Amino acid sequence: MRRWFVALAIVAALAGGAGLILTRPSVTAPTELNGLVPDLAQGEVVFYAAGCAACHSAPGAEKEDRLVLSGGRRFETPFGTFVAPNISSDPEHGIGNWSSVDLANALIHGTSPSRQHYYPAFPYASYSRIKMQDVVSLHAFLKTLPANSAPSAPHEIGFPFNIRLALGGWKLLFLDPDWVVDRELTAEQERGRYLVEALGHCGECHTRRNALGGMVLSEWLQGAPNPNGRGRIPGLTPDQLKWSEADIAEYLKSGFTPDYDSAGGEMVEVIENTSRLSDADRLAIAKYLKIIPGASAVD
Amino acid sequence: MTKFFSFAAVGLFSVAIVGGALAQQSENPAVKARKSLMSLYAFNISQLGAMAKGEAEYNAEVAAAAANNLATLSKVDQSAMWPAGTDNVADPSSRALPAIWENFADVGAKGQAFAEAAAAMQAAAGQDLDALKAAMGPLGGACSACHKAYRAPKE
Repeated sequence: MRRWFVALAIVAALAGGAGLILTRPSVTAPTELNGLVPDLAQGEVVFYAAGCAACHSAPGAEKEDRLVLSGGRRFETPFGTFVAPNISSDPEHGIGNWSSVDLANALIHGTSPSRQHYYPAFPYASYSRIKMQDVVSLHAFLKTLPANSAPSAPHEIGFPFNIRLALGGWKLLFLDPDWVVDRELTAEQERGRYLVEALGHCGECHTRRNALGGMVLSEWLQGAPNPNGRGRIPGLTPDQLKWSEADIAEYLKSGFTPDYDSAGGEMVEVIENTSRLSDADRLAIAKYLKIIPGASAVD
Repeated sequence: MTKFFSFAAVGLFSVAIVGGALAQQSENPAVKARKSLMSLYAFNISQLGAMAKGEAEYNAEVAAAAANNLATLSKVDQSAMWPAGTDNVADPSSRALPAIWENFADVGAKGQAFAEAAAAMQAAAGQDLDALKAAMGPLGGACSACHKAYRAPKE
């Protein structure tokens, strides 16, 4: 316990010092969660829509092991290798002692309980659009998942990207919780937009990033080089992805392409999650993808 | 001198032809056989998928026939189709990763899981459209489980 306090003190001192130079990590006011009652079933939907297990389950975990969020998967990027932390319900090594405000701060502001900036490999640039009700429900659902005491491994990030204080500046530049497609939509398209832009964080891979790692929103979902350096992540705009709505919905359910090949690469992980959504939610995603601006459109 | 050049040109030309032929015809019969089997899976799944997507009207007989085929295909003994030296390193026309030959037990278990998903589709496809739709997810999941672990990405 004393070690924990010492660590907290050091982190608090660092965070405090940073605040003088750059922006302080921002937080959600606890009153914003007043009166919200968690809904476990909804929390489970949020869990699968947000794809938590795709990054936070152990490397190679299959089936029910995907519910053990012990971390350890490695993500190679131009900035270094990020290692997914333990977010299981273990109170010491996971996030078992987090309040729902702590979870809101992480998802919406990229801020840790000790007021440190998270790296945007954790896709809070998308999750920042989450509804507070969904935070509360997800918080309750995560508590029901198994605890695991594997300690989180440190990220392998070299200078200068290992200076977390600089992330305050990154957030100023690139953390924008407004909708990317900001216009009048049908209820179904709105649901699709929420699933794609917020929870599903599709843009994190399918949108090109600039030299600082911020998503280039003017090229929303137009495809990008794969950050691991191999191949290209396809564009999803209607002029690039010619699949019908039914094709997209079926792909997100079973992984079958219109040629009845099965999905490959990282999308297999994604489909393990989207296969758990309702038909209505998968169709909503397809409907939204049909109204995003095309790659040839001038913004 | 011109003679030398024409020899060289003929030589290079032959190398190019042989090289091109090799690239096209390097397929081992076993590789061809397993690709053909995959095509047969895909064709029969396409019959079911078209109904699941609403592209084709649901027809219990057509669905049952496709699902029966698929279940039969899932039981084909493939033991001779995966000889050593037919991974994607030895034979670039294949996308089969060398890991297959190091994990035969797991590959077999995943094949068994596919056979079970195909059997579940066989039981569902002739019932009604909702049953067919519900069986598509687990079927695709079984395909992906093996492809994720043991198939090289395209390109």
